[in-house]
Amino acid sequence: MSARDEMLARIRTANAAAGAGPTGRLVPPVEVQHGDVDLFCENVADYRATVVRTREGEVAGAIGRVVGDLGIGSLLVPAGADPDWTTALGPEVSVLQVDDGTAISYDELGAVGATLTSSSVSVARTGTIILDHSAGQGRRELTLVPDRHICVVAARTVVDDVPDAVARLAALGVEQRPLTWISGPSATSDIELDRVEGVHGPRTLVVIVVDDD
Amino acid sequence: MHLREKFLRAKVAVSGANFAVAETGTLVVVESEGNGRMCLTLPETLISVVGIEKVVPRFADLGPLLTLLPRSSTGERMNPYTSMWTGVTPGDGPQDVHVVLVDNGRTHVLADPVGRQALRCIRCSACLNVCPVYERTGGHAYGSVYPGPIGAILNPQLRGVGSEVDASLPYASSLCGACFEACPVRIDIPEVLVDLRTKVVEAKGASAEGVGMGAMGWLFGSAGRLGLAQRAATLAGRLSRGRMPRNLPGPLSGWTNARDLPAPPPETFRDWWMRTHDADGTRRDGSDR
Repeated sequence: MSARDEMLARIRTANAAAGAGPTGRLVPPVEVQHGDVDLFCENVADYRATVVRTREGEVAGAIGRVVGDLGIGSLLVPAGADPDWTTALGPEVSVLQVDDGTAISYDELGAVGATLTSSSVSVARTGTIILDHSAGQGRRELTLVPDRHICVVAARTVVDDVPDAVARLAALGVEQRPLTWISGPSATSDIELDRVEGVHGPRTLVVIVVDDD
Repeated sequence: MHLREKFLRAKVAVSGANFAVAETGTLVVVESEGNGRMCLTLPETLISVVGIEKVVPRFADLGPLLTLLPRSSTGERMNPYTSMWTGVTPGDGPQDVHVVLVDNGRTHVLADPVGRQALRCIRCSACLNVCPVYERTGGHAYGSVYPGPIGAILNPQLRGVGSEVDASLPYASSLCGACFEACPVRIDIPEVLVDLRTKVVEAKGASAEGVGMGAMGWLFGSAGRLGLAQRAATLAGRLSRGRMPRNLPGPLSGWTNARDLPAPPPETFRDWWMRTHDADGTRRDGSDR
C-alpha cells in the first residue's frame, strides 16, 4: 500500500466515523459584476500606488510622462505588449523587449528601471490587479525583481469583488496559469498590524487605468 | 539586501500553501511582503508542503476564502500579494515542482465528530487578536506553531493529550467565546475546548478528585440522600457550637489557605421552607399576602 492509498483510506474511514456526508458545491455560481472604476482607482491609490487615468488612444503619452517623471533610463517590455505603448518615450529611454526565450540574469533584471505590462483582471473593492503572465504580462520574474512596475489596466477588465475575479479567471480559462494578485506595492502588516511599504517586491507601482471610449 | 541576494541565488525553495484546489491542482500562497513570490518564482526547484485540510474542492471556493482571509487577519481589504500556480509552467518559474501532502494527525482530527471543525481553520489569527488568555501568555506558551485559541484545540487533537502542555491547553481559556464570535469560518472553539477537557480527564483515569466528584454526584442524585447529608451537617454544626475548624487537613488545606470553610447553618433551606410554608407554598404567618 502506498502512502497515498494509506492516507486516502484514512480520510474515508475518518469521514465515515464522523458521519460526514458527501460535500456538495460550497459556493453558488457567481454572475460576474462589473466594478466601479472610480472605486478601483481610489483603493489602488489608498495602497500608495500611483494611479494615472487616461483614455484609449492616449496611453502612450501617459506612459511617456510616467517614465519621464520617474527618470527611468531602461524600460523592460514583455513580448505581446501593445507596440504603440512605447511610441512616446524620450530618446534617453532604452526599451528592452523580452520574449519567452530571452535569457536575462537576475542582476540584469535588478538593474532595469521599470517593467511595463498589461493585466488580466482587476478588482474594484480591493484595488487588486491580477496578472496571468500571458502575452503582454511576461513571465513572473519580470515583474518581481525590478524595483518598479508600470501596469496598464483596461477599465473593462475591472470586476466588483474577489469572488467576481475568481469567476472571471475561470471564465477566461486561465485558472491553471501562474497568477499574481497585486494589491499595492510590497508591504507588511506583521508589525502591530500597521502596513509598512517596501519589503521584497517592487517598491513603486504605477497603475495606468485606460477608460473605454 | 543580504536576504535579497540569498533569494536570487537559491536553487531550491520550500513553501507551504494557504489553499490547494482539488479541481485544478492549483496551490495558493497569500502573503504581504513579496518574499513568498521570490521563493515561488526564482529557484529551479520548488517543494511545497501542504496539510491535507488546505484542500478545497473547486476553484470557485477561493472567492469567499480569499475575501475572508486578509480581512479577518490584518483588517486589510486585500493582502499585497497572492500567488497561484499549477504544477510547472514551461519557461516561467521553477521547472521542478513537488507537492507533499501532510496528514500528521489530521485524519485523527477528521474522525472526531466535534473536533473536526478545527480543520476548517484558514489561519487568519482573528481568534488570537481577541483572546484574553493569549493576550497575557503570548504565543510560546502554546508549544507549537499554532498559538491562541485555535492552537488550544488543534494541538491537543494533532498530538494527543499525552504531554503536559497538550493536556493543559484545553484549560487555557475562560470559555468567554470571543474567539467563536471572531472566527470567519465559524469554528465553535469553546465547544471543542470543553470536549477536549473531557478527553483530558478521561485520559488521566481514576483520581482522588474523580472519586470525590463521583461521591458528590451519588449524594446529589437523590433528594433523600441529600436530606440525610444536610441533616448530618447541621447536626455537626450545632454540636460544635461555632468551633468548626477554619482549615481543612492534608491535601485539602490548599483550598482553605485562601478561603474560610463555611460553618454549616443550624437549619437547611428545605427545613426552613417546610417549617414556614403551607403545602400550597403560601407562608403560614401571612407575611407574603
